[in-house]
Amino acid sequence: MKIVIVGAGQVGGTLAENLAREYNDITVVDINEQALRALQDRLDIRTVAGTGSHPNVLVNAGIEDADMLVAVTSSDEVNIIACQVAYSLFHTPTKIARIRSRNYTNPKYKAKLFNDNHMPVDVMITPEQVVTDYIQKLVEQPGALQVLDFADGSIQMVGLRAVKDSPLVGQQLRTLKDHMPNVDARVAAVFGKDGAIFPTGDTVIEDGDEVFFVAARNNIRKVMSELRRLEKPYRRLVIAGGGNIGFRLAKALENDYNIKIIEFSTERARHLSEKLDKTVVLNGSATDQDLLLDENIDKADVFLALTNDDEVNILASLLAKQLGARKVMTLISNPVYADLMQGGAIDIAISPQQATTSSLLAHVRQGDMVSVHSLRRGAAEALEIIVHGDEKSSKVVGRAIGDIKSPPGSTLAALVRNGEVIIAHHDTVIESGDHVIVFVVDKANTKAVEKLFAVGFTFF
Amino acid sequence: MHLNIVARVLGILLMIFSLTMLPPILVATIYGESTSSMFALAFAITLIVGLVFWLPSKRVTAEMRTRDGFVITVFFWLVLSTFGALPLMLSETANLSFINALFESVSGLTTTGATVISGLDDLPKSILYYRQQLQWLGGIGIVVIAVAILPMLGVGGMQLYRTETPGPMKDSKLTPRIRETANVLFKIYLALTLACGLAYWLAGMSAFDAISHSFSTVSIGGFSTHDASIGFFDSSAIMSICAFFMVISGINFALHFHVWHDRKLSHYWSDPEARMYIYLLLVGILITCLYLYYSGTYGWSESIRQGGFHLISIMTTTGFTSDNFSGWPTFLPFFLIFLSFFGACAGSTGGGIKIGRMLILGQQCIREIYRLVHPNALLPIKIHNRRVPSRVADAIWAFFGAYLAIFYLMVLLLLASGLDYVTAWSATAASLNNLGPGLGEVAINFAEINGFAKWVLCWGMLLGRLEIFTLLVLFTPTFWRN
Repeated sequence: MKIVIVGAGQVGGTLAENLAREYNDITVVDINEQALRALQDRLDIRTVAGTGSHPNVLVNAGIEDADMLVAVTSSDEVNIIACQVAYSLFHTPTKIARIRSRNYTNPKYKAKLFNDNHMPVDVMITPEQVVTDYIQKLVEQPGALQVLDFADGSIQMVGLRAVKDSPLVGQQLRTLKDHMPNVDARVAAVFGKDGAIFPTGDTVIEDGDEVFFVAARNNIRKVMSELRRLEKPYRRLVIAGGGNIGFRLAKALENDYNIKIIEFSTERARHLSEKLDKTVVLNGSATDQDLLLDENIDKADVFLALTNDDEVNILASLLAKQLGARKVMTLISNPVYADLMQGGAIDIAISPQQATTSSLLAHVRQGDMVSVHSLRRGAAEALEIIVHGDEKSSKVVGRAIGDIKSPPGSTLAALVRNGEVIIAHHDTVIESGDHVIVFVVDKANTKAVEKLFAVGFTFF
Repeated sequence: MHLNIVARVLGILLMIFSLTMLPPILVATIYGESTSSMFALAFAITLIVGLVFWLPSKRVTAEMRTRDGFVITVFFWLVLSTFGALPLMLSETANLSFINALFESVSGLTTTGATVISGLDDLPKSILYYRQQLQWLGGIGIVVIAVAILPMLGVGGMQLYRTETPGPMKDSKLTPRIRETANVLFKIYLALTLACGLAYWLAGMSAFDAISHSFSTVSIGGFSTHDASIGFFDSSAIMSICAFFMVISGINFALHFHVWHDRKLSHYWSDPEARMYIYLLLVGILITCLYLYYSGTYGWSESIRQGGFHLISIMTTTGFTSDNFSGWPTFLPFFLIFLSFFGACAGSTGGGIKIGRMLILGQQCIREIYRLVHPNALLPIKIHNRRVPSRVADAIWAFFGAYLAIFYLMVLLLLASGLDYVTAWSATAASLNNLGPGLGEVAINFAEINGFAKWVLCWGMLLGRLEIFTLLVLFTPTFWRN
């Protein structure tokens, strides 16, 4: 696919990296030549320096025969104009823009504003909102390392670390049914000390393994209790950093949780205190030990470090953990830091790019993909695909899962048919229109999965 | 530096290169020559050495770094030149010593076209074909070919590509992915070769000569299958076809791509480098023809024919001849060789300093003069309405300095080895500019000069082809320091 990415910042850069790895033709446009050079040295892409909304610059970037434009500069306006130019002058099929301001995305105006007659943006993404949703799910599901929604949230995939002395740990996977006769769930992947284990009935989960399973939303907690001692729901949260993400999270959760938010800038803190009703807004530094102690950090269920500075986030998290916070979740955008901190004092490292990239990948992939979730720092993927075709044109329709030759390292975990959740067993037959949830342990196999579900003219 | 990767890529490239010794076997079979076994032996040796490099490290998947790119490219040219010499050494009819075979092989791969063989017309066709094929492979750069056909060179391909592409702007890609870019370049090269071969054949060459000469024309090489070079055919049609394809191959291949992609011929004229190239050719031809006529060397028609052909052949650094131009009035041979320093355009198959660099150097000189008049003026250097980054301009000056320094160092070394000044000067220019024929003792071929001089010239040809810095960087301590 030929893709033009406008903006070589964190989002644009990570996206370019992910897409270039998948053998797309990527051209990145930015005004900052230095950022472009850094990308060009690292990746097999083309770069063009210039303002991304200018038609000439876009032509240089090859917009004329591009399949997609992704505008992710920090300016909403540039992004929108870039989409408009691509649509009006070059008829680019898919246009994606990053829109941060809620004023534009307000449902009151959104539908009227963003359509082919006015502002032709096909897909809008708000990285801050995506990250906020991601964190919100983690807060709502204590003990989970990652929570992914499929089929509008009716089915979820949860990743967690198995802890010894729980019912299923040390047992074969097939005993899952005996433990919970009424609950249907399926383990999609297990990541042990020696890398990915492809789960079969004989697989034994051990202490410390990272397990991904799929279940209907309301069964999630029951399954989790099989793998680790169930944690009490969180109640008291301390958020460090009142930026976009911190603010959105507080706003979303303040009615159900007890939230304190620490913001360094007095002006911003004042603004937050006006906008938030139940949240306690504190003006101070998240790395200030006295402040944390005064605010009973030792009683906090979760400490969330969400400033836009990796180093501050990490230090504040370490401090909070040491002072007795039960759980710390930390926003780390630098993947090197994330690797360094993983498994240490920080319970969950959240990568903002990974969350954002996931939400974009679905549009790039072939076939009818509803969503793509990037897992384990991009190594693995969970896909939701709508099955099309009939028994002749599709390799999967009308076949039982046991008979489908799925690519190595991929698990067909579950499907949703007319809103009903069906956990996949080897005798489950796939029908056209099903939403299938596939887990791919190694991203290299994603292409093969896409092919499997594609309605093939390859057949004729 | 990752020796594993270097060994792996080198091994693979060598194995690919070994395949190029198979077509001569076919030629030998067609013409019923006894050289097949010798090419088969050379093929086997190259393949086995490639395997030895590749096997121990075939599972290495680490990423190629910039440094590895330099090492691979340079080593590859060195190793390739050596293995390319194998068939020439093994051949009994050619009867070449090691240094002669090496010289021939380096001259072929670097598209220089200087030869140590006299009596080409009596050599087996398979060996003649092999020499031409070496030039063809060297023309676009065998690394580019490898990037085009090897998916595994993926990201690392850029590191290799950059070290081999001629010209000042090495980062520009025609398409987002390096493999596509290499593919496009390769296709243009292939198309030009086919067109050239067909034209030769239609103009009356034998099929063998047409193919052979199309290889050395499009690669701006200059090897011929006859001692008299293009003069052998004594045909104006062939000379004009040859001149035409030399001019075309001397233009930046990226420009060919844009012209073909947008179906717009005017791109050639709007590109400042190509325009300068054409101006220089026209002015050069005018001066040469007029001088030939007024000095009484030839009559009118012959002046235009010989003058035009030689100027194009020498300035694009091809080195085909149709007459003994070293016998012309002294001004002309020196004038032609002087122009070969300008060479062809960047990103073409030609050698020399490249018009693009000269253009920027010239602009800088004009700027300094302008600055004397307007001390406060801001004067960016612009090419095609875009500012040339000062990094690029700096690099060009350094390149220019290094080029001259190396040139005179080589002249001194050749003088020390006992050559006379005209021979030393012209031989150095002929090798460093990847030109081919020189003056004095090396006007016809390089067989007569001493062994030491041949070694020096081999290095000169490699330095010229790899544009000096790629090769020199390996001789700096910083490169090897961890």
